[in-house]
Amino acid sequence: MSGHSTYVPKSAIGRWFESRLPIMGLIHSSFVVFPNPRNLNYYWTFGGILAFMLVSQILTGVVLAMHYVANVDLAFNSVEHIMRDVNYGWMLRYLHANGASMFFVAVYVHIARGLYYGSYKEPREVLWILGVIIFLLMMATAFMGYVLPWGQMSFWGATVITNLFSALPGVGETIVTYLWGGFSVGNPTLNRFFSLHYLLPFMIAGVVVLHVWALHVPGSNNPAGIEKKTDKDTLPFHPYFTVKDAFAVVCFLIFFCWFAFYIPNYLGHADNYIEANPAVTPSHIVPEWYFLPFYAILRAVPDKLLGVLAMFGSIAILVFLPWLDSSKVRSGSYRPAFQVFFWVFVANAIVLGWLGGKPPEGLYVHASRLCTLYYFAYFIVILPLLGKFERTRPLPASIAEAVLGTSGSASAMAGSVAASPNTKG
Amino acid sequence: MTDVATTAAEHTRRDFLFIATGAAGAVAAASAIWPFVSQMAPDADTIAAGAPVEFDLTPVAEGQIVKLFWRGKLIFVRHRTKTEIKTAVETDVASLRDPEADSVRVKAGKSQWLVVYGNCTHLGCVPLGNDGAFNGWLCPCHGSVFDTSGRIRQGPAPTNLPVPPYEFVSDQKIRIG
Amino acid sequence: MKTFKLIAAAALVSGFLGGVAQAQHAHELAIPPRNEWSFAGPFGKFDKTQLQRGFKVYKEVCANCHSINLLAFRNLGEAGGPGFSQGQVKALASTFKIKDGPNDAGDMFEREGRPADRWPSPFPNKQAAAAANGGALPPDFSVIAKARTYPRDFPWFLVDMFTQYQEHGVDYITALLLGYSDDTHGVEVPAGKYYNTYFPGNIISMPKPLNDGQVEYIKGADGRSQVPETVEQYSKDVSAFLMWAAEPQLEKRKETGFKAIAFLIVLAGLLYFTKKKIWARIEDHHSQA
Ligand code: HEM
Ligand code: FES
Repeated sequence: MSGHSTYVPKSAIGRWFESRLPIMGLIHSSFVVFPNPRNLNYYWTFGGILAFMLVSQILTGVVLAMHYVANVDLAFNSVEHIMRDVNYGWMLRYLHANGASMFFVAVYVHIARGLYYGSYKEPREVLWILGVIIFLLMMATAFMGYVLPWGQMSFWGATVITNLFSALPGVGETIVTYLWGGFSVGNPTLNRFFSLHYLLPFMIAGVVVLHVWALHVPGSNNPAGIEKKTDKDTLPFHPYFTVKDAFAVVCFLIFFCWFAFYIPNYLGHADNYIEANPAVTPSHIVPEWYFLPFYAILRAVPDKLLGVLAMFGSIAILVFLPWLDSSKVRSGSYRPAFQVFFWVFVANAIVLGWLGGKPPEGLYVHASRLCTLYYFAYFIVILPLLGKFERTRPLPASIAEAVLGTSGSASAMAGSVAASPNTKG
Repeated sequence: MTDVATTAAEHTRRDFLFIATGAAGAVAAASAIWPFVSQMAPDADTIAAGAPVEFDLTPVAEGQIVKLFWRGKLIFVRHRTKTEIKTAVETDVASLRDPEADSVRVKAGKSQWLVVYGNCTHLGCVPLGNDGAFNGWLCPCHGSVFDTSGRIRQGPAPTNLPVPPYEFVSDQKIRIG
Repeated sequence: MKTFKLIAAAALVSGFLGGVAQAQHAHELAIPPRNEWSFAGPFGKFDKTQLQRGFKVYKEVCANCHSINLLAFRNLGEAGGPGFSQGQVKALASTFKIKDGPNDAGDMFEREGRPADRWPSPFPNKQAAAAANGGALPPDFSVIAKARTYPRDFPWFLVDMFTQYQEHGVDYITALLLGYSDDTHGVEVPAGKYYNTYFPGNIISMPKPLNDGQVEYIKGADGRSQVPETVEQYSKDVSAFLMWAAEPQLEKRKETGFKAIAFLIVLAGLLYFTKKKIWARIEDHHSQA
């Protein structure tokens, strides 16, 4: 999405069209000749994987919508109708339901990559914030999608999550009533959620365009965390990265298919195969796995309003991250002390996820509090201070040097780069 | 991006790899598309619901046209009067746009019962009964005129109203489908 | 990135917490034993004779109280199911009276069932069903095998991902049917309720539904049933039937999955070598640059 292209179509018709709408040139400069750092490792393929998953969700979603009925009396059975009677309906529905999880698997790897290699730092702050917006939109989309099959988890998930807004003093109750379009979650709620669930993915696609645009201004960050300087540091996007991304997407698809075809209900909840019943709450209600860390943070705080604020804050804080991290060194590969805190952060997030699925009692609550504390401390205390005190390793002079290890001290370092550059693999 | 001098053998091996990969990718894409196309076809439930329907003719008075549905499609059952049968039978078949004798459009010995699909063969509107120049049907949309045998006589429709598959299961009962 | 560190750390912490948690909840729920199912695993297929037997158990016993609204007669003859012939399906459907209408006179009427009809509910509505069962509503069976489960603690829920253990629901149903006992382990059981080892809370409104010899199975050439006519066998058979009813496309799903994954592995291999070939140009690329 950047720069002017020197691209000249071969055919006369192509040139005629190009002089009126230079779209091929845009694609050519963004995805064919675009110079990418040559030392990108496989964590950089997750952007492509995410784009693939977004398209996959939209395609399966649009065909599901051809058979789905957004009405409280019919929704549950219409999903079962898709599973039983529609040609390949079972496949499309399982691909869509598991695809949402895969989308989140990929986005979490993608975010963790950014956190580790300092991809949020100057000059990529706007790129990072656009990413946070995509993440928020994904969460909203997935949440509303999960309401559509109108099972017990759909209904009670919708009730609990919309009620979060009731914590807001004064306006809370009104907001919730407006969200519901009634005095409880009901048919109007289901209909608007369907409408928004259909809309938001296209908004995500729009923000993704901005995200890539912002990416192509400075270009990709890389494992060494230093900017590209000469041609030696880069490779053209095509064919080097197209083929690498394609390979990664296919590997990811194998993982995806394992879930969608062999254990399609593993990531779901049995209770969602019971039709929604406003008179009975399931004994143990939990959101989808990808919301669990945030759910744990919500429950860790014993106050309704503060709990809600903590939960939203845990995502909002990501927006400020570029200004919280004080380190001059971008890549975690050259920050030994940071690495320890980073991996504890990742483990902490996983444990929070596990706690979010447990009943809010006894030890679990205490553990959740501890983990919540670390989660916030990482952003508010550790990252601001660490940059001032830590001792970093010397940076290589250039990307090419980081890859080839040509000169003295940097070559000794290259081996210790956590994610060893794999230009060969 | 110019290649280093490669031997011809290496070249073919590499080309073969690229072609095989491209072909496999194309096969994968094509098989992924199929479910998306296939889901557009009528689903198992809709197909099963197309089971034959039985219809009792007893309450249909002479001169009356009743409407019913089979597989979601509209069907006219018309109890024709003596004169209606007579004009239908006496029409010169050769003069018709879609030449068909009345006898092939009804069951033998049951010529008072005309059973035809109820959507105009032009663009699908429902023609009005006992109307038009031939007192058969007149389509309100673009003026197609059908006779008492459901044959096209005037207007844009190209063919006669088709006869659905049906049979008499008893003297006063038909099964459609 | 050092993924192993992450996994090790997470495993350690959650393993510790899990251990504590287990100790806390040890008394709560009996864990249903695992059974062998023909439809488990990547190549799983339903055993048609088992589905037919299970269907007989459902029809003669369970169907008196439990509806199965999403099951159409035609399903019983469809691929991947119990494999009844079209004739058998038609004959079966015609033994049922289906409410239809209104007719031209505006009246509802009853007619003979057709293969496209759904299994008629034993009660006219939920209220009637509950009223006939001491206030407890017998759940519908359409997707019950997927709607029931039991908790799998760490690390088992992770192991299940790799072993493809997905039969929690059927194992639970089988255990429940076998879980009636006169020994109530000190639990106070109100009148009209029953003790069941595997039912959450142990007190269930459904009386023990199955007894040895209650359902007669088709006899083989030697005049004897091919499988024992026992509660245990009935329970497994009806559970298998319910799994099929909940997931009639299971066989097709697993078959398609195998083809898809096998093909993708080949494609991944090809792409891997293509990628290597292309990246081998890199030296050259830079000598030019
Ligand atoms: C960002 C992309 C999307 C995500 C993350 C997403 C997520 C989800 C989730 C989690 C469910 C519930 C699945 C279940 O348990 O059954 C769902 C259902 C559904 N989604 Fe989406 N979705 C996306 C895009 C779309 C789009 C573009 C459409 C187009 C209309 C769509 C249509 C539907 C329909 C009709 C259902 C209900 C059927 C069902 O429950 O399987 N989705 N979605
Ligand atoms: S649709 Fe009947 S005349 Fe056009």
